[in-house]
Amino acid sequence: MRPLTDEETKTMFEKLSKYIGENIKLLVDRPDGSYCFRLHNDRVYYMSEKILKLATHISRDKLVSVGTCFGKFTKTIKFRLHITALDFLAPYAKFKVWLKPGSEQSFLYGNHVLKSGLGRITENTMQYQGVVVYSLTDVPLGFGVAAKCTQECRQVDPMSIVVFHQADVGEFIRNEDTLT
Amino acid sequence: MGRKLDPTNTVKRGPGRKSRKQKGAETELAKFIPDEETAAPKRLSSRGRKRASKRVLKKKPKDVAEEPPKKGFTDENSKWLKPTTRKRKIDEPEGDDDSDEHWEEEEDDEEEEEEEQQQEQTKKGGKDQGKKGAKLGIKEVKEDDKEEEDDDDDDDDEMVDDYGALDDSSGEEAAVEEDSDGEELLPIERAAKKAKKLKETMGLESDDDDDDDEEDGGKEKKKSDADTDEEDTVQANMDEMDTFRLPGAEESEKEGILPLDLKTIYQRIKDNIDVLCNFSSKREEGKDRSEYLALLKKDLCTYYSYNHFLLEKLMDLFPLSELVDFLEANEIQRPVTIRTNTLKTRRRDLAQALINRGVNLDPLGKWSKVGLVIYDSSVPVGATPEYLSGQYMLQGASSFLPVMALSPQEGELVLDMSAAPGGKTTYIAQLMRNTGMIVANDANADRLKSVVGNVHRLGVTNTVICNYDGRQFPKVMSGFDRVLLDAPCSGTGVIAKDPAVKTSKDESDIQRAAHLQKELILSAIDSINAESTSGGYLVYCTCSIMVEENEWVVDYALKKRNVKLVPIGLDFGKEGFTRFKEHRFHPTMRLTRRFYPHSHNMDGFFVAKLKKFSNVVPTAMAGKEEENTDAPEATAVTTSPKEKPSKSGKTQKIVPGKAGHLKGKPQTNGTAAKKPTNIKPKGKKDSPAGPKTANIKSKGKKDSPAGPKPAIIKPKGKKDSPAGPKTANIKPKGKKDSPAGPKKAKIAKMDGETVQGAEAKKPEVKTADDTDASKADKKEGSRFEKKGKNRKSPMKATDRMGKNKFRKLTHMLGKKGGE
Repeated sequence: MRPLTDEETKTMFEKLSKYIGENIKLLVDRPDGSYCFRLHNDRVYYMSEKILKLATHISRDKLVSVGTCFGKFTKTIKFRLHITALDFLAPYAKFKVWLKPGSEQSFLYGNHVLKSGLGRITENTMQYQGVVVYSLTDVPLGFGVAAKCTQECRQVDPMSIVVFHQADVGEFIRNEDTLT
Repeated sequence: MGRKLDPTNTVKRGPGRKSRKQKGAETELAKFIPDEETAAPKRLSSRGRKRASKRVLKKKPKDVAEEPPKKGFTDENSKWLKPTTRKRKIDEPEGDDDSDEHWEEEEDDEEEEEEEQQQEQTKKGGKDQGKKGAKLGIKEVKEDDKEEEDDDDDDDDEMVDDYGALDDSSGEEAAVEEDSDGEELLPIERAAKKAKKLKETMGLESDDDDDDDEEDGGKEKKKSDADTDEEDTVQANMDEMDTFRLPGAEESEKEGILPLDLKTIYQRIKDNIDVLCNFSSKREEGKDRSEYLALLKKDLCTYYSYNHFLLEKLMDLFPLSELVDFLEANEIQRPVTIRTNTLKTRRRDLAQALINRGVNLDPLGKWSKVGLVIYDSSVPVGATPEYLSGQYMLQGASSFLPVMALSPQEGELVLDMSAAPGGKTTYIAQLMRNTGMIVANDANADRLKSVVGNVHRLGVTNTVICNYDGRQFPKVMSGFDRVLLDAPCSGTGVIAKDPAVKTSKDESDIQRAAHLQKELILSAIDSINAESTSGGYLVYCTCSIMVEENEWVVDYALKKRNVKLVPIGLDFGKEGFTRFKEHRFHPTMRLTRRFYPHSHNMDGFFVAKLKKFSNVVPTAMAGKEEENTDAPEATAVTTSPKEKPSKSGKTQKIVPGKAGHLKGKPQTNGTAAKKPTNIKPKGKKDSPAGPKTANIKSKGKKDSPAGPKPAIIKPKGKKDSPAGPKTANIKPKGKKDSPAGPKKAKIAKMDGETVQGAEAKKPEVKTADDTDASKADKKEGSRFEKKGKNRKSPMKATDRMGKNKFRKLTHMLGKKGGE
């Protein structure tokens, strides 16, 4: 486990900022203690300093996970957000999409969001903007990228994709083995 | 995609009994589905009955007036259809019916019915039940009629043709008018129609009568059953007598020639238990209780398919009356329960959301504020959006208990020693409201994946997940406020989940599990910081109900460490055994709790809560003892064989421990001389390496499985004897695979310092110099405290010792190389 290099930090924050914008600051400077990011097994974990100290007792090969896993670095040093980061993305998300109850299940199986399943969408969402996907009851279900801007969304036909799927909570079950 | 998301059916955790057990919604729901299906026709039938009765009400007058509507023609049509039917009727079949009707009109309905019913009863058994259109409600009557008709039909097959012809001829006109089921007349349907007709003629009464008759029939059956029961009991008793008289011959006969059917076995079990419960009055003269028991055991094994070993254990555990209940309870699944994740939602909201999804649920019980029982569900409970977004966790009711007993407080440092699949861990986190720190450990890396998944899914952020063998944990980290040890076990409490346990377990499995549990419980206790202001608690639980894995293990811990039992804080459950067969456990053992499937409708479970009241003394005790015994060994390596015989006195082990571990130091010190003798044989037993002990008689007594060590130490010991303090350091280490490694070593070191190579002093200690010993203890205690009450101190200690150890080892290696 080690702190991120500058390069890695930059890559990761760029990715994060697609979803939560400048709210990243809130992740790092928290009123309830200092929190930090650490890299372990190519995965980035977000944890409080207290837990970090505790985790130092555990040898590297025996350590499986600390705090919350945000995502992982691919072999090409790109950062990929995991669904496990949703708990921190959702409260700070700038752009949101709400799904109709009927299309929740489809999204949870890993499908893109179609216009027909779109309940609501934040105003002024740009194309390719990272969005967090909610159910109409405001339960965060995952995140993705807006395929169209809000204006276009109003006009397109019902079967066209409006949000590209990136991660959904169904992965907790589907990809349990690869979460860490 | 559209692939069915079925989280529970995929075996995700690799091999292992528990992973199989964790199969959630699907498998458990499966049992509901057949119920529904079977239930559905019943419901339908009742409705059908009502409908039929209504129909009858409507039609009755017309039937009386007009004969044809036999076929269920609607009222308007029946009139003008009459002639056609008439024609045919005249031929034959209607004649029959007419005759029937006349008959009925003329005679008492009831009489006839009774007759029919009787026929029915007699014939029913043989009837196949493939009736398509037949309404189930009036099935039986239909059957009757069918049979009657069949009789008729047998005589004249033309009837069928006639019917068909009639239908065809009338079909053009009457296709619409006919009842939906009247189109193509299978014999069955014909029967059904006839039955309907019958009903019509008989009116409402018939229905009532039907029911009555059924009931009567039932009663009769019951009566007959009862009669047979009585007969059986008599017979069974006779059987017993017989079997007891001629056990060999008869058994062989029975087993060899005709395998007894389960019913008779079950009857015999019941009778046998009855006799055994009132043995003095019901016994047969000259028959021993053991004979009855042997037969009972054999029968139970056959009936419930257990192996003899397990059943014997269970018979020891339960009174006979309870035994069958228990075995029966193991045949049915426990209800599916879920736990609300209060980090994300509230129980009321969750219940509402699930009800909206078509889940039928209820609160679990008064004792839990987060549990919900799921009766049935139209969706897989393990894959709802609520589940995926972490609002609840599928978890057996029994798994709530240890965590509730642990009652972790906010801001504490908690260890979950065998965490997978994370249900209890997340419950702990939820009780701590995501504050403090939790270390979730499990020995199985595959199963840890589910821990990671569940921890993240439920939004738990204060958890470190690691993959150590629990036995080594105090070396990694200690100073926890609370520790939850859900020890791996034989699983005899969860036979309902995993029936393989019935046959797969034997003595060695239990022993192995118990041994592992003893090691784990000691290491768990060593991980606790007794000085913790809020905690210092260990909760030990297993899903086994064997005494060997529960009370015995706890009793062992009570003897080995400074812990005491405290109430677990739950007001239900059965008290643990304080005495079991030849074993006598500590009287406070009744503070532990046992949970059984038959009495609590949850998995069989054992929960014990221990409070550690001193960090130092137990380890000091052990350390000293070891030193005491070591010293002579170190100086004279060959003395060990002499000591061994003295160690063999195992009875001592029990006595001093019992004397009252709570009473504290003096006594323990007083028994110090004895204790080492106790410990050593254990050490030997523990160490799996046979040859080592042979090689290193003196040192290898407690040696770790790590091969080279003893070999290294041997020369050292010799060398060290001059250098007082060092021996103290090293020897414990050599001996010490026992989990209290670093601490003991430290203490040993201290001892070395204080004693300063005066081995003569040790005998003094041995001779129950209470004051000295207590002083020493206090010193150590103070020392410990000085180092810092905060929990880091032990860790530091471990670090330091680790280094020391390493240095020493290298040193030794060097020396050895030199030699």
